[in-house]
Amino acid sequence: MAKHEYAFYPGCSSQKGASASNYLTSVESMCKTLDVKLTEIPDWNCCGASIGYAEAGELPRHVLNARNFALSEKNLPGQEIVATCAACWLGARETRERLTHSDTLMADTREALKEAGLTINEMPEIRHMVEVLIEDLGFDEMAKHVVRPLEGVKIAGYVGCQTNRPFGVAGESFENPVYLDKMVEMVGAESIPEYEQKVTCCGGALAFSEPEKAQAQIKDIVESAYDHGAEMIVTPCPLCQANVEIYQGQINKRYGTKFDIPVMYYSQLMVVAYGGSAKDAALNGQVIKARRLEEIAAKPVKR
Amino acid sequence: MSANTAVADKYRNNFLKEIEEQVEMGDWVKMCMQCGVCSGSCPTNFQSAWEHPPQEIFMMIRAGKREEVLTTTSMWNCTSCYNCIVRCPRKLPITHIMHGIAEYAHRIGMAPKMQPTRFFSGLFWKNCTHTGRVNELKLSMGLYFKDGFVQGIKNGMAMQAVALGLVKARRLNVMELFGGHKCKDQKGIQSMLKKAYEIERSRKAARMAG
Repeated sequence: MAKHEYAFYPGCSSQKGASASNYLTSVESMCKTLDVKLTEIPDWNCCGASIGYAEAGELPRHVLNARNFALSEKNLPGQEIVATCAACWLGARETRERLTHSDTLMADTREALKEAGLTINEMPEIRHMVEVLIEDLGFDEMAKHVVRPLEGVKIAGYVGCQTNRPFGVAGESFENPVYLDKMVEMVGAESIPEYEQKVTCCGGALAFSEPEKAQAQIKDIVESAYDHGAEMIVTPCPLCQANVEIYQGQINKRYGTKFDIPVMYYSQLMVVAYGGSAKDAALNGQVIKARRLEEIAAKPVKR
Repeated sequence: MSANTAVADKYRNNFLKEIEEQVEMGDWVKMCMQCGVCSGSCPTNFQSAWEHPPQEIFMMIRAGKREEVLTTTSMWNCTSCYNCIVRCPRKLPITHIMHGIAEYAHRIGMAPKMQPTRFFSGLFWKNCTHTGRVNELKLSMGLYFKDGFVQGIKNGMAMQAVALGLVKARRLNVMELFGGHKCKDQKGIQSMLKKAYEIERSRKAARMAG
């Protein structure tokens, strides 16, 4: 039996061929090393994300998330739900909070769930993968597995919004969370605690609908990473990762900049530091290649 | 009678009451003390200026500026970054209030029709509830073709380099156009959501009648 077991809510962007499929690959490799067992909630559905608000309404949005709770309770009783995506985690946690605090909303949700032959008896705990790493395993346990430290690599820890607000990770501040910097140090790289854009918004869904507004924000995030001498950016959020990485070409055209900085997931750094291959870390999933990490991943492991 | 005329008639000169009863988290609006921290913390207001930032919207609601509030593009500039929520000294759930007012304006047909984020928001919800999971390719295509076929092709061309990068990295699958990821129990999802909308509608109607 694995040391830690959870019901897993991977989310739409993690699926095969989707925008954060490299995140899932690296999380799977990371969990193997850490002896964490994730069992996918059967037939899970989309959380609705924050951007669905025009049509979602209040109850339909919570019912959508509650269906995942019900499926988890039915198939994986007693297990906490773990999400890797910031939006999935936030959406599910918000629903948990609202249903817990309103008997009417809870009763209405139960009535709607009946239509899908489901019910909720107990409200599950909703965790983000970084909470599992920090709270259930801890930094010492995470560091134990480092066999190939990312020595001399300077990395800007970009936390973004939804992993940080409104819930965030316990004990961290909204304005200056430090856990990501600690994770960077943990894998043997050099962190930039004074990186002042670490909680700036990437523009979220506006990167699609009103790109000029989102790209103005992304420009600040990338520019500051360069100003601090970063070689790459690391983030815990799939939308932050995509937005900050894939529009750098368009930003260069718009502002005359020469951005070309890789944007990684914490799990990718950990897999490389844990001795995994470039494939285990899904480095082939980067649009802007992380050459330095590829080189390190090709090196033999120090045992 | 249109949805808008019905509510406008009912609430007449009490726009604050209308917001309190019909908008998610609307009963928080009167708690705003006009400090402006939300407006100063908003990334899109900071970068490109909302027509009416949140603090201003709250005061306009109390001043009964119904038409101006419901037809503005402002709320649709929200990126859901939650900065305003965590900084508000009176703990107003501002992000949710902004989403709530936007949803209400959309529901009664007052929201600006071609505002791109309003369009994308509706598109996203339809996309993800259609099969239970997001189809990223159809979502992007739906947005590009918002202003017709010719503009759609132009938008697609402008995004070519971005899309190609993602395809090469295996993070965008062109086959998604012919199906893609989906839930097994789509029927269950549809009937459960239908029921949820019914309940929500009847609760809102009861509040209006009461």
